[in-house]
Amino acid sequence: MTTATTAATATRVLIAKPGLDGHDRGAKIVARALRDAGFEVVFTGIRQRIESIVATAVQEDVAVVGLSILSGAHLALTARVVEGLRAADAADIAVVVGGTIPAADVPRLHAAGAAAVFPTGTPLDAVVAGVRALTTTAVEPAL
Amino acid sequence: MNDSAQNSSATHTSSGIPLKSVYGPADLAGDPPDPGHFPFTRGNYPSGYRGRLWTFRQYSGFGTAEESNRRYRYLLEQGGTGLSVALDLPTQCGYDSDDPEVGEEVGRVGVAVDTLADAEVLFDGIPLDRISTSFTINGTAAILLAFYVAAAERRGIPRAKLTGTIQNDILKEYASRGTWIWPPDPSLRLIADTIEFCAAEVSSFNAISVAGAHFRDAGANAVQEMAFTLADGVTYCDTVLARGRMTIEQFAPQISFFFYTHGDFFEEIAKYRAGRRRWATIVRERYGATSDKASMFRFGCVAGGASLYAPQARNNTVRVAYEALASVLGGVQSMFTAAWDEPFALPSEESTTLALRTQQILAHETGVARVADPLGGSYFVESLTDATEARIVEIMADLERHGGMVRAIEDGYLQGLIADEAYRIHQEVESGTRPVVGVNRFTADEPAPELATYELDAEGLDRQLKRLADVKATRDAVTVRTALAELTRAAEGTDNLMPRLIDCANAYCTVGEMVAALKAVWGEFQQPVVF
Repeated sequence: MTTATTAATATRVLIAKPGLDGHDRGAKIVARALRDAGFEVVFTGIRQRIESIVATAVQEDVAVVGLSILSGAHLALTARVVEGLRAADAADIAVVVGGTIPAADVPRLHAAGAAAVFPTGTPLDAVVAGVRALTTTAVEPAL
Repeated sequence: MNDSAQNSSATHTSSGIPLKSVYGPADLAGDPPDPGHFPFTRGNYPSGYRGRLWTFRQYSGFGTAEESNRRYRYLLEQGGTGLSVALDLPTQCGYDSDDPEVGEEVGRVGVAVDTLADAEVLFDGIPLDRISTSFTINGTAAILLAFYVAAAERRGIPRAKLTGTIQNDILKEYASRGTWIWPPDPSLRLIADTIEFCAAEVSSFNAISVAGAHFRDAGANAVQEMAFTLADGVTYCDTVLARGRMTIEQFAPQISFFFYTHGDFFEEIAKYRAGRRRWATIVRERYGATSDKASMFRFGCVAGGASLYAPQARNNTVRVAYEALASVLGGVQSMFTAAWDEPFALPSEESTTLALRTQQILAHETGVARVADPLGGSYFVESLTDATEARIVEIMADLERHGGMVRAIEDGYLQGLIADEAYRIHQEVESGTRPVVGVNRFTADEPAPELATYELDAEGLDRQLKRLADVKATRDAVTVRTALAELTRAAEGTDNLMPRLIDCANAYCTVGEMVAALKAVWGEFQQPVVF
């Protein structure tokens, strides 16, 4: 158990809000839950350009970018972030998406390159577990 | 203030005020004066709702200027007397529709207004001298007001005949809603300019509606919502009075307030009673106002918002009904009741009608409007009103000690308080210590509600871009340059900016150009990142 926690401590996550929508309640709650779970969390604040999200992700050397999108523009925005990371030689950074995501769009987001999708109503434990699964190698802690 | 963390929902209000199991005469601090008398704990009007019911105000807005104009005309034909204009996010944040950064968002949550040409289409054929128009606009409120005045004057309607409201409350944008542009100090100057301009030239137009609703939606509890909002109101009054051009009696009657009503029934009632008394007391004691008109706290509210949930969504109808009742018992002046499907869809016509019927049943069947402040004198309600007011005073004093609202926004202190509370509430709902039926109690296996997907209206966007391109091609470039240069120059001094903005509007400058002309002097707000 200690091993897993130590591994997670070093992991950095960027929580980002692309677009003009200013509703950041969910983004901040997730950011705090990840911090409480031992991740090092960077939050961009609201109204971020795609280029600056990509630049921050690379600069801060994060393992995961979590996009919070409530405006309905999740498909286009996610695709642009994934492409941006790829163009910056940072395709190893996983992109996950949270917010008001219709069930029908979940497979479309995966197709666009999202590693995980957490629609509104996902329990915080599940978000934390999902992010941890993406950032820890499959080494079970010794008992 | 964080003592509420270990509270139980059975013994404390949702804001953490401890409750006894029974209240009696010993809990009364004294009899509050009758309704209609200072400090208005029991309401603004001696006969409550007998003279006039609260206003049923249902909010909607969509599409392009043409579509919205058709919708407005229809509403007016149906006997409506007021318009409510929702603007898209680029307009609210100061971007033009042809800005490559915002293509995804043009026309999405409201109408796109780039130049006076859009405003002319939007209000075409609408008798602006007889219809009141309310604009949900903040960062660019002064610019939209300039468009409205210019559009009316081009049709021969004098500005003195215009009625309506702009929200124009920038402080809560920094801490919760997010449509800020410039830093707080110049933004406050611009708001003071609009307040003075309206008082002098558009005297039937309300220049500001101070909104706590967005603090609430971002996570603040009921007591914080009221305290933060009153603190914003104080900041606006301080700003206007410091300029020495107006008295409190002149502009305080123009100020109104706006909140969310959530589900903790008596707490919401006490919140409104306490807020009314506190504002009246502040206006009288801090600013020396003597008239009732200046000290009255007039407010609108939304029943719904973050108190509604997607699982078992039809339960929301019941929540909204209780919240609407609490609002009326708290003395609301105008109310919007949310539709039950709001957490996951653009409300349907059916759900919107049901929401309106909820208010109508309350007003016309239940009899709650017959007697002014029916809960006045209740041992419990009066005592909870006192306890709520005491906490409001405490929170406002804490903000003052911190250096005031602007300071608390700039260093993220206010945002931190809201984020703390949002996290606490979220954890209480997830752990079940805050009971929510259908979410953490009495849950049922049911398919997740089908979320609505927004489709971008490509045709509407094309039409908008074409109109903007036409305006830019046909306007007089010299007039545009001169008007923008004059705006920048005026921003460097202290003259009222409204006449310059109206000149810019008449020259067909765009929202983005006017914003840039002011940014050149004022810069941009740097958001503190707090979570």
